[in-house]
Amino acid sequence: MQQARRTASRGANLGDFVFASLTRIAGVFVLVLLGAIIVTLFIGGLPAFEKFGVGFLTSTDWDPVQEVYGAAVPVFGTVVTAVLALIVSVPLAFGIAFYLTELAPQWLRRPVGTAIELLAAVPSIIYGMWGFFVIVPIMAQYIQPAVIDSVGELPLIGPLFGGPAFGTGILTAALILAVMIIPFIAATMRDVFLTVPPVFKESAYGLGCTTWEVMRSIVIPYTRTSVVGGIMLGLGRALGETMAVTFVIGNTNRIATTLFGPGNTIASLVALEFPESQSGSLKLSALLALGFILFVISFIVLAISRVLLRPRLKV
Amino acid sequence: MKINTVLAFALAGYATTAVAQAQQITGAGATFPAPVYSKWAESAKPATGIELNYQAIGSGGGQNQILNRTVDFGASDAPMDAAKLASGNILQFPAVMGAVVVIVNIPGVEMDALKLPGELLADIYAGTISKWNDPKLVEANRGVTLPNLAIAPVYRADGSGTSFVYTSYLSAVSADWKSKVGAATSVKWPAGAGAKGNDGVAATVRNTKGSIGYVENAYATQNKLITVQLRNKARQFVKPTAAAFNAAASAGNWRDAKNFAVDLIDQAGDTSWPIVSATFILLPKDPKDPGRSANVMKFFDWAFTNGAATAQALEYIPLPGAVQDAVRSAWHTEIKNPDGKPVF
Repeated sequence: MQQARRTASRGANLGDFVFASLTRIAGVFVLVLLGAIIVTLFIGGLPAFEKFGVGFLTSTDWDPVQEVYGAAVPVFGTVVTAVLALIVSVPLAFGIAFYLTELAPQWLRRPVGTAIELLAAVPSIIYGMWGFFVIVPIMAQYIQPAVIDSVGELPLIGPLFGGPAFGTGILTAALILAVMIIPFIAATMRDVFLTVPPVFKESAYGLGCTTWEVMRSIVIPYTRTSVVGGIMLGLGRALGETMAVTFVIGNTNRIATTLFGPGNTIASLVALEFPESQSGSLKLSALLALGFILFVISFIVLAISRVLLRPRLKV
Repeated sequence: MKINTVLAFALAGYATTAVAQAQQITGAGATFPAPVYSKWAESAKPATGIELNYQAIGSGGGQNQILNRTVDFGASDAPMDAAKLASGNILQFPAVMGAVVVIVNIPGVEMDALKLPGELLADIYAGTISKWNDPKLVEANRGVTLPNLAIAPVYRADGSGTSFVYTSYLSAVSADWKSKVGAATSVKWPAGAGAKGNDGVAATVRNTKGSIGYVENAYATQNKLITVQLRNKARQFVKPTAAAFNAAASAGNWRDAKNFAVDLIDQAGDTSWPIVSATFILLPKDPKDPGRSANVMKFFDWAFTNGAATAQALEYIPLPGAVQDAVRSAWHTEIKNPDGKPVF
């Protein structure tokens, strides 16, 4: 930028100056746009924040008839489904990345790598329909009844697997989300695993390490922060996912007490209730306030991932 | 819009067909009557030269848009607040009626075999009756074997006119429901799980053993879902048939209904189906563009006269003749152009 300004002042190259200005405008535009969205959501949500105060965050009520709204249920659903999705997807994504970088024969690496990237390009509505028409019936007819009958009676973990077998619910939503974020996490992990200098790995192999030992003692420590950053990116996507979750979560404004119980997420609730919210109503304000809360949650996750990714990206 | 008009004129100049250029009208709102509106629009276009552009964005959205005057007419399943109608200077009239039916998925229970009194239906949705072999249900259904199976109530997760009609019915038959939950496009459901749209509810009920749900009659007919008999105000059990829907429609007290906001829920009569409701059109009384507003009325006038068979084929209930006449006279007396002359 300094360079551009200097050349322009000399009048040597007007084109450079114009181009630099245009790119600067484009950059600032993103900031302004983001700020405007946050401000709009906050102002729109202000009546709800004023009416319910801090209680908005802790109240589990969502009663459009009495005009009482609380954010606890959708916030709980959002966080729980996203975390469960991570628990399922991280080991799988790690396996994919490990296989692709260390074990797979060369001719297989490209097609599998491309397949992963293609998975990331599938629109979320497709995942939603696939979840609703394929996964939900399987969950309802086979998996949930079997699990409820066998594990449901056990002490401690039993209560986690109770309730009627709708097929939809927190666990189903988390599974769909896991499939959706695996490509993101796997692709990031593969890329950072490839940044490990070969000489480190070769030295370890030279000392007689097995592949797993190289992975555990060389690759993982070297890439730890970047791997966590990639996981955070996946978490960010899981938090904001709307359509796919709406189809399979059961859409219930109660805190789910079991993994099979229906719940709700912020994005899903907003999508469902928005068309029937009248302008100026408290309900619309509560929905915008929920959007603001989701923004804050996503921002925190993204900020953490930035902090963790930074050191390794500079290398 | 200007460019469009210019373009339309230019095209009309080139056109050699005898058809006059189509006159556009725009509407937005309720999703429930959208199929019949678009079918009407299709057949009305050659007859009247009016082209309807209807966006099914939901009743709430329809009310917002007509209050802001961004469309020629709004459409809403739930009648609009009388106060809002007055302050927005809007005429409300019914366009067509529909029925909501209750569907179940219970092994061994056949079409229209199960009989559900309204208060038991409310108890099921409140979660206080949670097994299909509950003594109260067995008592009401001598001769039907009900299994020892958990009841899974399914409801509309998205805000919808269907939910408004259904919860209005539950409020009408159960004082408990009325005080604890109430009636609205979305309510705080005490039990069960939600699904998106009529098709979502239908699919969830089909997939879930022991489930019960409510959908527009058209969805139950098209998907051949197992419906149940409900008990009406005359304490008779009725099956969901066109005759039962029509009986309820004609039993409604249209004459005394303010703004045509007639209540068709739980009507008197031995054969009346208890969950029937009208869907409404919202039209400004002081139209910005009287020509377009006149075309809206011309369109619905055509639909009232010629659209009954179409509506019935799509499982809707056409308005009774007397109501159509009342609507026409309301158009004449209420909707004025800036000079105070009737628009239609």
